Amino acid sequence: MTIEELQDIGKIEKEKQEGFKYRIHVCVAAGCLSSQSGLVKEALEKEVARRGLESWALVKGVGCLGLCTAGPMVAIEPDGLLYQGVSVSDASDILEALGGPPVNRLDCSAHLPFFARQRKIVLENCGHIDPESIEDYVAEGGYEGLYNALRTMTPAGVIEQITKSGLRGRGGAGFPTGLKWTAVSKTKSNVKFVICNADEGDPGAFMDRSVLESDPHRVLEGMAIAGLAVGANYGFVYVRAEYPLAVKRIRTAIARAERLGVLGRNIFNTTFSFDVTVRLGAGAFVCGEETALIASIEGRRGSPRPRPPFPSELGLWGYPTLINNVETFANVPPIIRKGGAWFASIGTEKSKGTKVFALAGRVNNTGLIEAPMGTTLREIVFDIGGGVTGDRKFKAILTGGPSGGCIPAQFLDMSMDYESLAQVGAIMGSGGLIVMDDSSCMVDVAKFFIEFCMSESCGKCVPCRVGTVQIYNLLKRITEGGGKPSDIELLEELCDLVKNTSLCGLGQTAPNPVLSTMRYFMDEYKAHIEDKVCPAGTCHMNPTE
Amino acid sequence: MDEKEVDRIKVNEDRRWRLVNRTMRLHGHQPDALIETLHAVQESFGFLDIDSLKYVAESLRLPLSLVYGVATFYHFFTLKPPGEHTCVVCLGTACYIAGSSNILKTVEEQTGIKPGETTPDRKLSLLTARCMGSCGLAPVVVFDGEVHGKMSSASVLENVGRLLNHDD
Amino acid sequence: MRYPAFLQRIADRADVQPVRILTFSINGQAVSAREDETILSVARENGISIPTLCHLDGLSERGACRLCIVEIKGSPKLSPSCVTLPRQDMEVITNSDRVLDYRRKILELLFTERNHICSVCVSNGHCDLQSLTTELGMTHVHYDYLHTRHAVDASHERFSVDHNRCVLCQRCIRVCEEIEGAHTWDVMGRGYLSKVITDLNQPWGESTSCTGCGKCVQVCPTGALSEKGKSVAEMTKKRQFLPYLKLMRGDESR
Repeated sequence: MTIEELQDIGKIEKEKQEGFKYRIHVCVAAGCLSSQSGLVKEALEKEVARRGLESWALVKGVGCLGLCTAGPMVAIEPDGLLYQGVSVSDASDILEALGGPPVNRLDCSAHLPFFARQRKIVLENCGHIDPESIEDYVAEGGYEGLYNALRTMTPAGVIEQITKSGLRGRGGAGFPTGLKWTAVSKTKSNVKFVICNADEGDPGAFMDRSVLESDPHRVLEGMAIAGLAVGANYGFVYVRAEYPLAVKRIRTAIARAERLGVLGRNIFNTTFSFDVTVRLGAGAFVCGEETALIASIEGRRGSPRPRPPFPSELGLWGYPTLINNVETFANVPPIIRKGGAWFASIGTEKSKGTKVFALAGRVNNTGLIEAPMGTTLREIVFDIGGGVTGDRKFKAILTGGPSGGCIPAQFLDMSMDYESLAQVGAIMGSGGLIVMDDSSCMVDVAKFFIEFCMSESCGKCVPCRVGTVQIYNLLKRITEGGGKPSDIELLEELCDLVKNTSLCGLGQTAPNPVLSTMRYFMDEYKAHIEDKVCPAGTCHMNPTE
Repeated sequence: MDEKEVDRIKVNEDRRWRLVNRTMRLHGHQPDALIETLHAVQESFGFLDIDSLKYVAESLRLPLSLVYGVATFYHFFTLKPPGEHTCVVCLGTACYIAGSSNILKTVEEQTGIKPGETTPDRKLSLLTARCMGSCGLAPVVVFDGEVHGKMSSASVLENVGRLLNHDD
Repeated sequence: MRYPAFLQRIADRADVQPVRILTFSINGQAVSAREDETILSVARENGISIPTLCHLDGLSERGACRLCIVEIKGSPKLSPSCVTLPRQDMEVITNSDRVLDYRRKILELLFTERNHICSVCVSNGHCDLQSLTTELGMTHVHYDYLHTRHAVDASHERFSVDHNRCVLCQRCIRVCEEIEGAHTWDVMGRGYLSKVITDLNQPWGESTSCTGCGKCVQVCPTGALSEKGKSVAEMTKKRQFLPYLKLMRGDESR
């Protein structure tokens, strides 16, 4: 296939769609599907047929429109109208209103800042294209990046653009992607692998799932470009089994991409071949760690091993392996299409581009958002997020899930980038943001996360296996009213021990939520221990001991 | 005919093994097919029983203890047969903040079982999950694979009651 | 260098080039080493002791017990010396207060996990865990005891396993897989619920894969695995066979 042929496919698809006066986009990502958007789509299709408008209005299932809390979402193009909370019975009214004033009771314009404050790179196609149609993706410039990389660039040139873009790993640690790619490309081996880490284990995060469900081809294209750059011909997508829809969509996408010749053997009639296989995770948070993930793909227990050697040297089955997160790969096609310099112009000095966040918790607009690096927390919570629910008081926001920390209100004007977050004892993490109001007890939250890490610890190294249990027991005792003043010191000591001596990232970061809540909310710990009172009223204190 | 042979025939007779065998064939009976195969077993049978673990270990030429170790490492796999219906309470962060621990407590009280257990009449299994990725709809409870968002203790109880008294 | 089998390929690749000799320092003492030797083995060759538990000469490395952690100048992270390779001019410190303190605390954690009461243990007096308390100067445990309760499996005709004494070092698993080739042992579950098992978590005596060689008993650092009918004085562990077997099989060059 030539670039002209590819562009033709896109053009034909575009013309086909633009032939319709109205395009009704129904969100069919998992969030809206669970509020019956599938039925809404059916109802709309029936209604269109009943009115005989098949050549005039197109009903299309699209990926996540972002505002998950108001689902099922429906968008009307080209008018740019958004409807929320649509039910089957609304189908008739929606069609009636086409071309006239919108259906007021479904109108979503109150949420305007939610959409206006965002800037979309990774999510640019989410809510626009049908995730199961490759033509739709091609119509938006899809696979052009891969074509350019193959036909007009050298592997070194591709890596140069990625390095220039300043893209950093979106999985949590923020390691420069260009450096990682360089390391793998420099290791000599006939066989290399590219792995896409879609084992989104952070409880409270759904960015990767949404991207896979809404725009799977973008991830595949990113992986293929990475394969070309580092010299790998095989790719794996390691995705959670808990995300059946994402698994289905990525499998469909692989099959369609192979049929079109943009994946598989001799891509674009070049000598480059790249095969992608889906592997299912099976419910282990630790498998988000590179070496544990590799062990899991190899069919073994997901226990991490000490690094070095790093996977770039010694990865899957002993071969050099590149592992990046879903969002990282999703950033690659636009960088190649538009150039590293374009990407580097967005964001802050050290954190480039945008970040996708899953905004949830006690906030009015929960959902999937994307904002440039350096956006302040206040903008995210109060402008995009629409403020705290029920006009309660903002207390803290959690970033990075079980490896992250709580950021209190005094840092609301802090810029969201890797460095600033690290400074206040939190991490960017994969992008889960949980807003908490004054009804959340911070000791209880710390207990929740350490309980998570305790049961997700693989059990290989001693500090993580036993240390997390010790920390959990102390916090449990404190939240039940049996805390002693000396427990604070003991907690600090154990956290320090687990953080510094554990084998892998899970153990090394497990104490973070405890440490950060102790740093900013020590008064709550003291209230639990000394006064036997839970200020938020969450813990059932039982100070009989 | 030795014992193994008999087992093999029995296995072939069971149509549900086809998916399992196909999965192993697809991966060339390589050791790395283990987790994919266990997924296939669980999909076909609802859980992993000792005989199927033995069969998988033998087919993939893997040590028994390794197979057992893998099957118990991953929490997605269960070695106990599930009840007729399942109720999965999400305990992800967003759901927790929204009060899912109270929902869990209510269900525990109503059914008299703890997470991971099944009611004595085998009608309902209670499970917990670490985030379904539907945080926008917190708190989330999954009944028989169907995600229900924005649940309250009352609405969950109603659903659980429906499942428990459902006679067919 | 002894990486697990699946990691061996890098060693194979390294064979193509001659191994370099480099110099670095441990506790200020200048030492030289092959680039593929671990810090632990170099230290021991030079008479510098580093405590270990999951490490055993002749078995692959796990880097799991974290007792052999050392400080490397210029790096904020502590490195397990059993799997860390030296670099030219690296400065390793094995006995800083920070490291000694962490080691002691890790050992304490081990003592809190399961029941390690020496006076009623068959390995009293010749137990690696017990020796470590002296070596690290651990006099008491200042964390709460968890003491999860476990069963004793005495179904094997010659050996028994007391999970209450197990420290999950996985030596038994490795010797059974790597030396005996039976892979009777493995770990089930994860985290604090981990447990070593034989075959499909069935009684040891009913295991179909166990050859009864007893190597697992000999490498066990504590009284978790023991020979039946032996008194405390008799229950010493013989491990000289391990390096020997490794050597005879030509694996020692790794």
